[in-house]
Amino acid sequence: MIARALNRIYLGVLAIFLAAPLMIVAGVSVNEKQSLEFPPHGFSLSWYLEIFTNAEWRNALWASLGLATFSAALAVAVAFPLAWFGWRRFAPWTRIFQLLGVAPFILPPVITALGLLTFWATTGFYGQAWTAVISHAIFFVTLPLVTLTLGFSSIDRSVVEVASTMGAKDGTVLRTVVMPLIVPYLISGYAFTFVLSLNEYIIAYMTVGFTVETLPIKIFNALRYGYTPTMASVTVLFIALAASVFGLIARFGDLPRLLGASATEEGNSP
Amino acid sequence: MKQEAPQGVADYAPIVFPGLMLLVFFVMPFGTMIAVSFFRRDQGGFYTPDFVFNNYERFLSPFFGNVLGFSILLAIAVAIACVALALPFTFTLSRMPRRTQVLWLVALLSVLSLSEVIIGFAWSTLLSRTAGITNILVYMGLMEAPRALVPSLGAVLTAMIYQAFPYTVLVMYPALVRLDPTLLEAAKTLGASPLQAFFNVVVPALRNTLVATVIMVFVFALGSYLLPQILGRPSHWTLSVLITDQAVYQSNMPFASAMAVLLVLLSLALVGLTSMVGRKENAA
Amino acid sequence: MSGLVLDQVSKRFGSFTAVDQVQLSVPKGSFVCLLGPSGCGKTTLLRMIAGLDEPSAGRISLEGDDLTTVPTHRRNIGMVFQSLALFAHLSVGQNIAYALRIRGTGQAQQDRRVNELLEMVHLSGYANRPVAKLSGGQRQRVAIARALAHSPRLFLLDEPLSALDAKLREEMQVELRQLQQALGITTVVVTHDQREAMTMADLVVVMGEGRIRQAAAPIDIYRNPVDAFVADFIGTTNLLPVTRNLQGGALLWGHVLDGVAMPAGLSNAVLSIRPENVLLGVPGSGTLDATVTFVRDLGATVETFLSANDTTFVSVASPRERAELLVGNTVGVSLSAPNCLVFAP
Repeated sequence: MIARALNRIYLGVLAIFLAAPLMIVAGVSVNEKQSLEFPPHGFSLSWYLEIFTNAEWRNALWASLGLATFSAALAVAVAFPLAWFGWRRFAPWTRIFQLLGVAPFILPPVITALGLLTFWATTGFYGQAWTAVISHAIFFVTLPLVTLTLGFSSIDRSVVEVASTMGAKDGTVLRTVVMPLIVPYLISGYAFTFVLSLNEYIIAYMTVGFTVETLPIKIFNALRYGYTPTMASVTVLFIALAASVFGLIARFGDLPRLLGASATEEGNSP
Repeated sequence: MKQEAPQGVADYAPIVFPGLMLLVFFVMPFGTMIAVSFFRRDQGGFYTPDFVFNNYERFLSPFFGNVLGFSILLAIAVAIACVALALPFTFTLSRMPRRTQVLWLVALLSVLSLSEVIIGFAWSTLLSRTAGITNILVYMGLMEAPRALVPSLGAVLTAMIYQAFPYTVLVMYPALVRLDPTLLEAAKTLGASPLQAFFNVVVPALRNTLVATVIMVFVFALGSYLLPQILGRPSHWTLSVLITDQAVYQSNMPFASAMAVLLVLLSLALVGLTSMVGRKENAA
Repeated sequence: MSGLVLDQVSKRFGSFTAVDQVQLSVPKGSFVCLLGPSGCGKTTLLRMIAGLDEPSAGRISLEGDDLTTVPTHRRNIGMVFQSLALFAHLSVGQNIAYALRIRGTGQAQQDRRVNELLEMVHLSGYANRPVAKLSGGQRQRVAIARALAHSPRLFLLDEPLSALDAKLREEMQVELRQLQQALGITTVVVTHDQREAMTMADLVVVMGEGRIRQAAAPIDIYRNPVDAFVADFIGTTNLLPVTRNLQGGALLWGHVLDGVAMPAGLSNAVLSIRPENVLLGVPGSGTLDATVTFVRDLGATVETFLSANDTTFVSVASPRERAELLVGNTVGVSLSAPNCLVFAP
């Protein structure tokens, strides 16, 4: 019995630890004046409106959304054929591309950011907005790659073989049998990448930080040069968005399975 | 469709696009970065193509040695603290009913998705004099006057643990969720108290996972480029902070690149170690 | 002498009742099998005896001691899991000695006991072998040795032989029974294999839907099943619909069954008759006629599948007793009256 109580306390403390900074930020975001105060004096949601009414914040929002939308799409477009090939074909020497696909995420982001900076500077495209899309797509390609590889490996090959015996060619099989099964993983891969791209700072900064301001860049600048509670309201918005996206994935998909658990029923069953 | 070998050139078609993208936009940037590390830095912030070792020579200064040493120690401290904290938690998580697990996982993923900027902002607020914990303590009458808890090493450490914790949990999750629950039960039937059973049986069974996780979190922590800067003093700056500083504010690309190359080698060596540990486990 | 007593033990998961008011008294030193189809609650019951799950109601006591609220590690039991749960980071000897190590036994005594047990399970000399290098049957024996090392009062096994191939399984059934008799330890085994239960147990407890249907010696259950469920689960049987006639006798599809009475108060019932009691002869010679639909010649026995009134039933006999029958033949069927058991539907 003591063990269970200790367990509850432990989980509670942890929950507080994880939530505390975010709760403070939420509190700060409703402060009436433009100062960093907690507990907040007065209550105002004006800093949430700021995101949309203030031109600078609004532009940053659009920039972030645009970047996230396109880079996530590109990341999935790069990851899908790679994952498909890895599942369909037996070609050991092409494993190197799988490795390259996983590498960006394992190395510290600073390094990838710096590499991309030198690359764009050398090729002369430094500062153009589309370079950020490619940069993010490559940096995040690991996410959809891992998700899709997991998804493909969970497809029972005999389902595909049955389709072949019934006369379907490769392309048809891909379209009619494999795609419907892989769609959940495509969606979750896209969603994961979208959320992370939205939040990403260092790569966006190093590649297009001087020409385009995304929300994280703007927050950082505000940190250095002038505090405004809008930073806090944007943060709250980001968290709400992340929680919603992941919540949706959990609702319509098998989140534990996507994260590495095997497909089983309830943890506590008779 | 079994896994067949490609029959003709056309069968390689799917990997052309991804392959090209990765080669051009990942491998080449690394190439340019390595190249730039050998360039000569010009006054005024540009660099001229050259081949000098100046940048690498700067590694030999005591200042740099200190930074490197500190970075490694800090990352180790974060990694060990995170794994120690996350192990009981992830174990408990994996035994929860599916629905509760999902709730926690969504929360962890949400925190994980936050950028270092936001985490830095949140923690600097939490530890500030006007809007932090001390304010709450004063409000509750437990403290006399609010106090700023930044900048300090403790703040840096706490925030870095906060940042790495969800990552640690997710890295450990697959192994823990697949752990045979009857192992713990068997130990209990043999007379071991739950705590004894956990340390005697569960922890040894996870030995390789734990080592691999420590290494991966270590690499993750090495990459913190902002938290030591926002929450700490200049003496707390790590290698990643220096790289960012040199690249962006000092406009010294060659030196920054050289440091980045060093960091890459260090990271690759450690990741290689992780996969070796993993392979040993699969062979056993 | 009192052994294991389960007093109105129940387990509910939300609205689902997994174990329903189980009342059982197991004499000390006997070998009990909890038998039933999957989902019948037998494993849940075993886990409650072990203390791994808490009962929603009822009490569990062993040799007079109330165990209901005692945590698992203090119940002094030995348990073999279906997964075996051997500790991969320890050697065979270290696995077996684990319980002794926990109790602080000296190294010399540990080694002695380990060797004793290895001999008992016919694995002498394996003490330093790593667990990963053992075969399925050997791991099984190590799991058994490990559970018995600390001389527990109760020996529990959850489908212990299900992972073994058929031949090994049959050998282990005999060995397990002999081991138990040599040690005289109260043993409870969960299994879904009724042949296993019949081989090893002193007492077979047939469970269905969380309740005990019948608890008796194996041959008693076979000969005198208490209802259709038990009759069908133990051995094979034919279940046929019968109705009551005006004289209180049983009618099978309108044909009178001589010597078979309907239980009082029932106008519809189920007749259970085992295939070996379905006798075949010339058409018209028995109670009714049926058509042969399938013949399965297994060498030692011949199974004949028959159809009458759109219902299939089976007759089995040794080849010497049965004339060669072909699909499509009509035969006369006699049901041996003393072996007809009539149950409520």
